[in-house]
Amino acid sequence: MSAVMITRKVRKWEKLPGKNTFCCDGRVMMARQKGVFYLTLFLIIGTCSLFFAFECPYLAVHLSPAIPVFAALLFLFVMAMLLRTSFSDPGVLPRALPEEATFIEMEIEAANGNVPAGQRPPPRIRNVQINNQIVKLKYCYTCKIFRPPRASHCSICDNCVDRFDHHCPWVGNCVGKRNYRYFYLFTLSLSLLTIYIFTFDIVHVVMREYPVSHLCSQKEQTGFTVLEVLVCFFTLWSVVGLTGFHTYLISLNQTTNEDIKGSWSGKNRVQNPYSHKNIIKNCCEVLCGPTYPSVLDRRGLMQDDSLVSATCAAPSSSSSSNATPQTTKTTAPLIPNEHTPDDAKPSIAASAEKSPSPKEELPPALKLPPLASPETDAETSIAKDKTH
Amino acid sequence: MRPQAAVAAKVFIQRDYTNGTVCQFQTKFPSELETRIDKQQFEETVRMLNNLYAEAEKLGSQSYIEGCLACLTAYTVFLCMETHYEKILKKIAKYIQEQNDKIYAPRGLLLTDPIERGLRVDVRERGMVC
Repeated sequence: MSAVMITRKVRKWEKLPGKNTFCCDGRVMMARQKGVFYLTLFLIIGTCSLFFAFECPYLAVHLSPAIPVFAALLFLFVMAMLLRTSFSDPGVLPRALPEEATFIEMEIEAANGNVPAGQRPPPRIRNVQINNQIVKLKYCYTCKIFRPPRASHCSICDNCVDRFDHHCPWVGNCVGKRNYRYFYLFTLSLSLLTIYIFTFDIVHVVMREYPVSHLCSQKEQTGFTVLEVLVCFFTLWSVVGLTGFHTYLISLNQTTNEDIKGSWSGKNRVQNPYSHKNIIKNCCEVLCGPTYPSVLDRRGLMQDDSLVSATCAAPSSSSSSNATPQTTKTTAPLIPNEHTPDDAKPSIAASAEKSPSPKEELPPALKLPPLASPETDAETSIAKDKTH
Repeated sequence: MRPQAAVAAKVFIQRDYTNGTVCQFQTKFPSELETRIDKQQFEETVRMLNNLYAEAEKLGSQSYIEGCLACLTAYTVFLCMETHYEKILKKIAKYIQEQNDKIYAPRGLLLTDPIERGLRVDVRERGMVC
């Protein structure tokens, strides 16, 4: 019958919902699937290593030592941008806490009025006027918030991301407000690096075939050069194309998501209310704008109350009074849905077992309207249990 | 004797998106606070917060210089320097603390820093001690 509550201090990232992986005690945040990211790293590091090992000694001697130096700087910049894009928080919006979710539900019900039984309630949309254009804000059923303008829910990471651009498997992360400029600089610098390596590979092959100096002209193994040329050739088309596409998007202050959905194109559609109608200003805003802080406090400390031994099936009022420490989670609750990690479900089930009775004891002023999932009701009633 | 218990009810102040995605809060006075605080006082607080956030997100020469310098150093400069936005956030935290001490706490209210709630809503908790 006894349930022992153990309180320990944990970092907030350990309790964040969503399908992200965290490393270095919450400093690094990525998506779960990292296979393609490792491929990206392998291709870049592998190709550059071959270039530095086989081409650079020849080119440094026969042309200029500045060539490998510039290549090294460019390579370091590409790696820095890649890691910055992959490891940073793209602009994840935290899920609504129970009180906020309740408040929003109440507002929605007040707005909808009485829906006759059997009829589907109207879709949850809020209209806002932005720069004299009407923009619709959609309700996210997973995060229980009305998404801010330009935010979208990424189903791979299971988070709402602010100014969501797209989920990029090559960097192993979403691209959003906070890391878009790093992503763009990564594609731009990678294009330059690919063109650079491609050019000097061709120069190297030509110089070996038709030596211009009296120095030795042995036809050494050019197998690696051929490999580099192949990798660069195929990378060029995709990366340069992607850079061009994003340059176009930046000049119009649009996201990939908006472009794909055609939010601002078409005759009857709203014009883009976020564009400054000036290419320079749009570019400056996206690339040189302020660096937004992360609103996910990943490394903050919080209390974690966990039950050690399970209670029996029929809870009595004495067992509910044993729940002395209130769940003081300050991050979003682990609302069970199809996306909740499986390890979160038993703790919610255990707390749901404990407290069906306190619901009747709630004073009328604090009576909670029905929420989307019954388990959320259980959590909030545990919070209110402390008052009795 | 009934033990003291704090009942916190929350009032949420929503974001105002009329100027785009810039962080601004609605100055509309919530009806739940009519008996608790002066309308002018509330609007003044929210307006000041809006000004501070607007300053943080302002696209001016300072943000451009900071952006270009950071780009040239591959953003390693932020390891030793605080961003302009972070400096303003500290100012905002101080302002909220000050407002709580001077105005809101004496009336049994508490203004929460929006950064703790995802810059989405500015929560006002009403603490009643029974």
